[in-house]
Amino acid sequence: MTLFGYRVPMMASLLVWCVVWEIVGRLDLIFLLPPFSDVLAAAFNLVQTSSWQSATVTTLRAFATGMALSIVIGVPLGVLMGRVKIADDLLGMWVNIFSSAPLSAIVPVLMILFGFGEKTIVAAVFLFAIWIIVLDTRAGVRHISPSLIEMARSYGASRPALYTKIILWAALPEILAGIRLGLIRGVKGVVIGQLLVAIVGYGALFETFSRNFRMAEFWALTIILFAFALLIAELIERAEAKVEYYAGARQ
Amino acid sequence: MGATALRNGPSPVPAPIDSIVEVRGISKTYGNVEALRGIDLDFPRGKLTSLLGPSGCGKTTLLKIIAGLIRADGGTVAINGKRVSAPGPERAFVFQDFALMPWATVTRNVAFGLELRGTNKAEREETARRYIAEVGLAGFEDKYPHELSGGMRQRVGLARALSVDADVLLLDEPFSAVDEQNRRKFQEDLIRLRTNQNKTFIFVTHSIEEAVYISDRIVLLSPRPGRVSQIIEPEIDRSGDPERIHRDRHYLDTVDEIWQGLKQYVE
Ligand SMILES: Nc1ncnc2c1ncn2[C@@H]1O[C@H](COP(=O)(O)OP(=O)(O)OP(=O)(O)O)[C@@H](O)[C@H]1O
Ligand SMILES: [Mg+2]
Repeated sequence: MTLFGYRVPMMASLLVWCVVWEIVGRLDLIFLLPPFSDVLAAAFNLVQTSSWQSATVTTLRAFATGMALSIVIGVPLGVLMGRVKIADDLLGMWVNIFSSAPLSAIVPVLMILFGFGEKTIVAAVFLFAIWIIVLDTRAGVRHISPSLIEMARSYGASRPALYTKIILWAALPEILAGIRLGLIRGVKGVVIGQLLVAIVGYGALFETFSRNFRMAEFWALTIILFAFALLIAELIERAEAKVEYYAGARQ
Repeated sequence: MGATALRNGPSPVPAPIDSIVEVRGISKTYGNVEALRGIDLDFPRGKLTSLLGPSGCGKTTLLKIIAGLIRADGGTVAINGKRVSAPGPERAFVFQDFALMPWATVTRNVAFGLELRGTNKAEREETARRYIAEVGLAGFEDKYPHELSGGMRQRVGLARALSVDADVLLLDEPFSAVDEQNRRKFQEDLIRLRTNQNKTFIFVTHSIEEAVYISDRIVLLSPRPGRVSQIIEPEIDRSGDPERIHRDRHYLDTVDEIWQGLKQYVE
């Protein structure tokens, strides 16, 4: 971003928006928007409440479980589709449909299937995250140079060795990219799931805050969620950069 | 004449005294492309044989069939008298595009064949280091492939093939992705290696000069469908200065002779 010809770093531009928020908030124009300083204060108080802490634990647990499931199932599924034509023909269409479908519409169905509880949240995270992981893994496996696979075969690699020593590693940059995008989608899944179920974790908190018009706390919670999503994306990006360095100039 | 033409035309050849690889009646068709038809060949032990022929005549296909990487539609391949149809420890392959693992160091790449065989880490790294030095890469053990030049990468590929101690080395245009100076150096090294290592080399190339320069025996393949059209044994003394070979009369005559034979396919 540039302002009057100067390069403004990300943090600075964020600061500008915070100031704008503060001013608009203080003008008391919109009841829904309290001053930013109030939101910060609310956030500070919020994180000390036991209801926030237990909501966070519930949310993180549901998120982690859903993500773990979608990685553990998504990566092998993507590898399978990348390697076996029949599997690709059979599953390809569905994976593509689900990866671009408006999945929020399915969450109510999940509620019917899994009840009004944590299971539904886990299922929502899983459903949001898995498809992009499958697709990116598949693409990564497809792009492995055939000679690398021939190399492993010619030096006597067993089938398991071929997968664990060559295929997974050669596709690792794409797999990690898929997981990063999956994590971001998973955050969406956990938020939407909780908002719809509304009696678990952050969903319950959001419900309480908005029903009682506690806007400062409402925004504080939103900001905490955003920060969490950004943090996760940043962490994964770091991990990826490290792998890119080794995978470097892929031949 | 700088070379002995063993035979002309595609009739079966009597087996030389000691052939390590025997190819009988190999044919291969991809869809409706007939790549190879009725190949009969013997590769003498301890010699370097080149497969030479126009682009697309099936050299890579034949080499990969010998390697056990591609299944032939008909015919057999025997190594040391035993029929083979899959890769085995008595053969090692050097790939045109190097086929190195970009996420692994030079040492791990070179030791990979041994790693797959379950050799323990200390032992295989010891062996790897020896062959890394042998191909002139000492000091680069902990580098990654993307930190090396094309020529150096192919040396890694060669060291990997040497370190599994196979009897037969199969090389598919190993120098085609390497720049000219490095290729010269590499060819000289290969001549030296062959004398030291007492291995059988089967070498695919489409460079006549390269084939004549390094080979004990040159198999000329005809255009698709590939058949053996001629076998030539250049009689060149390679004991002295490798530079000298390029000015050797026999060398020049053989290059010319092969060119005369191949010219018909180009025109
Ligand atoms: N997997 C494949 N599917 C279909 N056709 C193939 C396949 N592999 C090779 N061919 C065809 O078979 C013929 C022989 O191929 P091959 O790669 O063995 O030739 P080559 O002599 O090695 O050629 P080059 O000098 O270009 O490397 C070519 O016409 C090629 O197009
Ligand atoms: Mg070829």
